[in-house]
Amino acid sequence: MSKIIVHDMTLRDGMHPQRHQTTVEQMIAISTALDDAGVPLIEVTHGDGLGGSSVNYGFAAATDEEYLSAVVPRMKNAKVSALLLPGIGTVDHLHMAHEIGVSTIRVATHCTEADCSEQHITAARKLEMDTVGFLMLAHMASPERLLEEAKKMVSYGANCIYVTDSAGYMLPQDVLDRVGHLRQHLDPSIELGFHGHHNLGMGVSNTVAAVQAGAVRVDLASAGLGAGAGNTPLELFIAVANRMGMDTGVDLFKVQDVAEDLVIPMMHNPIRADRDAATLGYAGVYSSFLLFAKRAEAKYGVSAREILMELGRRGTVGGQEDMIEDLALTMAKARELQA
Amino acid sequence: MKKIKCAMIGPGNIGTDLLYKLQRSEWLEPVWMVGIDPTSEGLARAAKMGLKTTAEGVDGLLPHVLEDDIKIAFDATSAYVHAENSRKLNELGVLMIDLTPAAIGPFCVPPVNLEALLAAGEVPNVNMVTCGGQATIPMVAAVSRVQPVEYGEIIATVSTKSVGPGTRKNIDEFTRTTAGAIEKVGGAKQGKAIIIINPAEPPLMMRDTVHCLVEGEPDQAAITESVHAMIKEVQKYVPGYKLVNGPIFDGNRVSIFLEVEGLGDFLPKYAGNLDIMTAAAARTAEMFAEHVFNKEA
Repeated sequence: MSKIIVHDMTLRDGMHPQRHQTTVEQMIAISTALDDAGVPLIEVTHGDGLGGSSVNYGFAAATDEEYLSAVVPRMKNAKVSALLLPGIGTVDHLHMAHEIGVSTIRVATHCTEADCSEQHITAARKLEMDTVGFLMLAHMASPERLLEEAKKMVSYGANCIYVTDSAGYMLPQDVLDRVGHLRQHLDPSIELGFHGHHNLGMGVSNTVAAVQAGAVRVDLASAGLGAGAGNTPLELFIAVANRMGMDTGVDLFKVQDVAEDLVIPMMHNPIRADRDAATLGYAGVYSSFLLFAKRAEAKYGVSAREILMELGRRGTVGGQEDMIEDLALTMAKARELQA
Repeated sequence: MKKIKCAMIGPGNIGTDLLYKLQRSEWLEPVWMVGIDPTSEGLARAAKMGLKTTAEGVDGLLPHVLEDDIKIAFDATSAYVHAENSRKLNELGVLMIDLTPAAIGPFCVPPVNLEALLAAGEVPNVNMVTCGGQATIPMVAAVSRVQPVEYGEIIATVSTKSVGPGTRKNIDEFTRTTAGAIEKVGGAKQGKAIIIINPAEPPLMMRDTVHCLVEGEPDQAAITESVHAMIKEVQKYVPGYKLVNGPIFDGNRVSIFLEVEGLGDFLPKYAGNLDIMTAAAARTAEMFAEHVFNKEA
């Protein structure tokens, strides 16, 4: 088995449960500790990627530029990646990240809309960055469709493709089918990656399945700090990887200590699959909707779980946070009319 | 009254939908459809509808501009070729209505600044911003005419089927151009635009959210009244423009939730994003025809 590249999400996906309020100091403390533990790749940006700071997704405690400028120069071995969602961030953000020293750019689109990534993948490739195509909510596309979209990203210049389970909806067989199909049909020089959410408690088993199907990059977060019920917990996956004889180069006890000593104490809320987070996985809904649905419940008296189920029925996709308040208002009105 | 003669450049979805709208106009007469592919469906369709067509691009149109008395051209191609198209037609005195994000000329969002543009008289080029801009900037302006807007942000969600390859290839132009127009036309000190493409079936209706952060405590009654009045203005040319929720007030945040149903001319009704562009462009051209060209004549 080839070496598995661990990609840390604590300082990017982990921004969602922290309402993007992670401080520059916390970013420095966690990233340097992860670097010391042998984590080779660390993602740093607003939870919704470069340019994500907004009313819609929440303003971050600092700018992407401030976070990246603080973290990048302090890395001894680790490289830093940045996420970019076309439609939210632009090539200008990409150039900013590149100038600071970000080496990996991950261009994320909904799993059926890869052709929105051409401008950004092409630009990253031109800068000779490690360029990743990140196909979100991948459970919503068949393995065959996912391959078509992956091929588009590869044609623009991506050297790695991610199957991204943004809703934590997939079961291990879904992961095997998708990653396996891409591995079978994409050029062997194209790396594959998997990004999981733990909403149905499948984070570790799905990530193991992805590796078995040919993924070499795995997204993990310290103490699972990520949207919804979090990402695949870093320290749990490393323990499993050690047992299975996978080579990650990451020190298990050190990442356990990062989780216990740095990450858990700063959590706004425990990261767990409560009824709302589990509903994300059950209904196939984008994980970062969780806190927005909870806030809408508090403000408009409509259950977060009902809101999330309805968002699932409507086929909402990543980035549609604005739909949550709108839908809650509409549901509250309908309830008033009934009463 | 003599109808003003027009040419459409780009026989795709937008150009064809525009053609349907112009055929109903009391002020405008569509005469030419310009394409670059002789086998294109759009050119064939336009020819069938009685238009003159060329597959030689704008160069194929130029020799006929004067003899056919073309006064207005609509460009629905791409930001990259628009500059050349505009330069060539301007030389012949043709007003360019730009439906690409090139934004050479001043932005035009009809209920917000068309009157001001008309008052300024003849301009060589006006730009229709973007679909998201047409749908949301009237709302930003509705708030900013009541009290200063520190920050205006819009989120446009459109169906996969209504977003063509040109937009997808150059999605940054959407975000940049829209953000710029939120400031310049909407009156926000800082603008941000987000576009989301949703593949759900059946396709979702275009929906837009507008968030404004205002200076000080929002004047709720005045803003609400202003928003409702502006909705009526937009409905004059896009009857399916609808306020779904809001304005809601949360601290200094004002949020407005909209849906845009198209007329269903050439494009299906869910493609309100394309309809609002063609409707705004047609309205802009009509107003120029009525107020500028007819006065000259």
